[in-house]
Amino acid sequence: MNKLTSRIDKERLLLGIAAPLLAIVAALLITALVILATGKNPGPAFSDMLTYGFASDSQVYILNKATTYYLAGISVAIGFRMNLFNIGVDGQYRLAAFFAAVLGGALTLPGWLSMLLILICAMATGAVWAAIAGVLKVTRGVSEVISTIMLNSIATAVIGYLLQPGKLAQLYQGGTVVATKPLPSASHFFLIDTGASGELDGFIVIAAIVGVAYWFVLGRTRFGYDLRTVGQSESAATASGVSVKKMVVTSMIISGAAAGLIGMPTLLNESYQYSSDFPTGIAFTGIAIALLGRNNPIGIALGALLWGFLERTTNHLEFQGYDKEILGVIQGVIVLCVVIAYEVVRRYGLKRQQHKVGAELAAQAAAAPMKKQEVA
Amino acid sequence: MAKGTVHALCGENGAGKSTLMKILYGMQQPDEGTITIDGEQVVLHNPADAIARGIGMVHQHFMLADNLTVLENVALGAEKLYGIGGKARAKIKEISDAYGLNVRPDVLVEELGVADRQRVEILKVLYRGAKTLILDEPTAVLVPQEVDALFDNLRDLKAEGLTVIFISHKLGEVLSVADEITVIRRGTTVGTAEPSSTTPRQLAEMMVGSELPTPETEESTVTDVPMLTVEGLHLSQTDLDGIERVILDQISFTIHKGEILGIAGVEGNGQSELVEAIMGMRHPETGTISLDGTDISQRPTRDRREAGIGYIPEDRHRHGLLLEAPLWENRILGHVTERPNSRGPLLDIKGARADTERIVAEYDVRTPGIDVTAASLSGGNQQKLIVGREMSHAPKLLIAAHPTRGVDVGAQAAIWDHIRQARREGLAVLLISADLDELIGLSDTLRVMYRGRLVAHADPATITPEKLGSAMTGAATGRLEHAEDDAR
Repeated sequence: MNKLTSRIDKERLLLGIAAPLLAIVAALLITALVILATGKNPGPAFSDMLTYGFASDSQVYILNKATTYYLAGISVAIGFRMNLFNIGVDGQYRLAAFFAAVLGGALTLPGWLSMLLILICAMATGAVWAAIAGVLKVTRGVSEVISTIMLNSIATAVIGYLLQPGKLAQLYQGGTVVATKPLPSASHFFLIDTGASGELDGFIVIAAIVGVAYWFVLGRTRFGYDLRTVGQSESAATASGVSVKKMVVTSMIISGAAAGLIGMPTLLNESYQYSSDFPTGIAFTGIAIALLGRNNPIGIALGALLWGFLERTTNHLEFQGYDKEILGVIQGVIVLCVVIAYEVVRRYGLKRQQHKVGAELAAQAAAAPMKKQEVA
Repeated sequence: MAKGTVHALCGENGAGKSTLMKILYGMQQPDEGTITIDGEQVVLHNPADAIARGIGMVHQHFMLADNLTVLENVALGAEKLYGIGGKARAKIKEISDAYGLNVRPDVLVEELGVADRQRVEILKVLYRGAKTLILDEPTAVLVPQEVDALFDNLRDLKAEGLTVIFISHKLGEVLSVADEITVIRRGTTVGTAEPSSTTPRQLAEMMVGSELPTPETEESTVTDVPMLTVEGLHLSQTDLDGIERVILDQISFTIHKGEILGIAGVEGNGQSELVEAIMGMRHPETGTISLDGTDISQRPTRDRREAGIGYIPEDRHRHGLLLEAPLWENRILGHVTERPNSRGPLLDIKGARADTERIVAEYDVRTPGIDVTAASLSGGNQQKLIVGREMSHAPKLLIAAHPTRGVDVGAQAAIWDHIRQARREGLAVLLISADLDELIGLSDTLRVMYRGRLVAHADPATITPEKLGSAMTGAATGRLEHAEDDAR
């Protein structure tokens, strides 16, 4: 019996890996066709991506990018595990980064303390912004998809209003850039010097901690079990004693708090202030990455790395005479392929398991005839 | 069946009524057998075939678009027949007048009440040229006056030479409207009856059958310590039309330690709601629920579970299992705060897995392992897992809604044994079942639920399924005596 159990497990693992691999291979094939259609040769393009992507300075760049993407992926995945589509991660992290930057610029405390306060401020802002959608959902039945999209626009407007000279921002670089007051150097997060390849953001450590916490809370705690239960079947969760409404608000808050961290690698390790060119739209990347990584903490890490890799290498392709739009094509095709591949593999896996269980039981029944008949 | 008649099809839940109708309407394909319409043998591949042959179906759940007018709803999908304009309106008027349906073509469907919507559904079918109408439990959603009006409509239809197939398990209604009755049980026809020469009692007998084995209860273990006391429970719901429907009406009962209280009733008379109210999933307007002397009326579901209520839900897929999760995670469901599933705020995965192995062995759950998903088990084995899980936490009260539904005979006997065993140890059980033999055989006390009220009570030692069946249709109330001859 044990043998069979482990076999099914191994198979499940294989199936789990099969889907993203299938999707990436399909995406590469389609991309190759697209490059061919533009009249260029896809072979050298792919080999250039490989050599350039694995150069050591590219590796540092990719890791730095992936840190941000990983946090975005985790924030979205928390919602996904609950069957909530938190599109508002985008507004949550931008608003959080903005207020954290304002607070950080104003603080003159010891570095570690102000860094802690900045992080708390960012998480709290993200949490509050997400909680609005959660509360609306449970009290008024507003779909979180709609409300979070609207909250994204509102966040943009709020930031646009406050990020003006005389409000919470000033003019820098000879009046060309509007930004918040820069963080004092004491509140800069540490960087890992890798020599000639550049500097690795220290925030990657926090991202790793978030990943471990995500795995632990969801997989090993009562709270995580309740959360997953709601995600799998709301009716069963209610019957089992989970308050679904409370869970919706709680998980939105957690998702928003995690979203608050997305802007932090940029703020604490790179820009040190919130300016009008602070990166936007990362949350949408996060949605793609959470899908790609199957809401699994390691899967999301791989997805984040892949995204960083694609961005780095396709940028370079431009210098080789290829169109830079190829990035969008590859990413879009991967996401599409992933969604399709997962569903195909999931259905195949379920059916296969059902057949196997049936076959196994038939074999058991044949081996021990009449023994169970007495019960009847 | 003949032209111009109303033919009723009755049978218990799960007897195969709906399946038969789906085959007639081309939604399912039969393995064997033939259908003959007007002397011509036909094969119906899909509903379009059926419509072309003049068969129309009115579903139990209406299929109307609320934000369109009656005219638009009727013409939808049948635009080719009479267009969507004046011609269609004239045709609707014509049909409506011919059969006395009283349908106004330009009203928005969302403004109509349930009975009006049903008439629109009937009109929709007639508009498409149906000569045979299938009505699937048409009275389930109607109040008595509306039922009478519907029956008048059906008589008009009949007078115009149309054939009506009427599916129901409400015996009184069937007898009043049908010209001929076919009773099916467990997928086969057990007989046909003439309503003029049949009593509800005979019909109930045919529906239930009397040759079934009876689950015997042994000596009584009822004590006089009350375990669950329900007092004056009242629950009503306002539907979309603003009509208030009473779902639970002044429900009061007590279950003692070691007692099994069985509730009989045709489904949809408030049993599910009663269970959900006791579990804390619904919030009644008035009334108290106390468990073992403690008032739990205001407590959340989880507290109630921790206080010792075990729950075997009516719909195991919706309320009892996480289908895509492995068995050991399903073992945790509903008892996540209790040992061996967790210690403090952390899950005890090892403990839960070990205990799942134990349940699988003790309750004879046929599975190759505890890592397979719940969905890959058969219904009976899923049920055994649920029973095992609920029994593993030493419940004080077990709510068992249809505990052996969809379970094979062997597993059925095993589940009964487990319930009886626990009862000997002082468990109180609230048993809800559509299987009258199960109810009579297991229960110490029987109540009958009809339209949200407990209308009758009976002693399982003397009652017969037939008698119980007629009380379930509301034909008999109060104390049901075996000696009492006339149930009506």
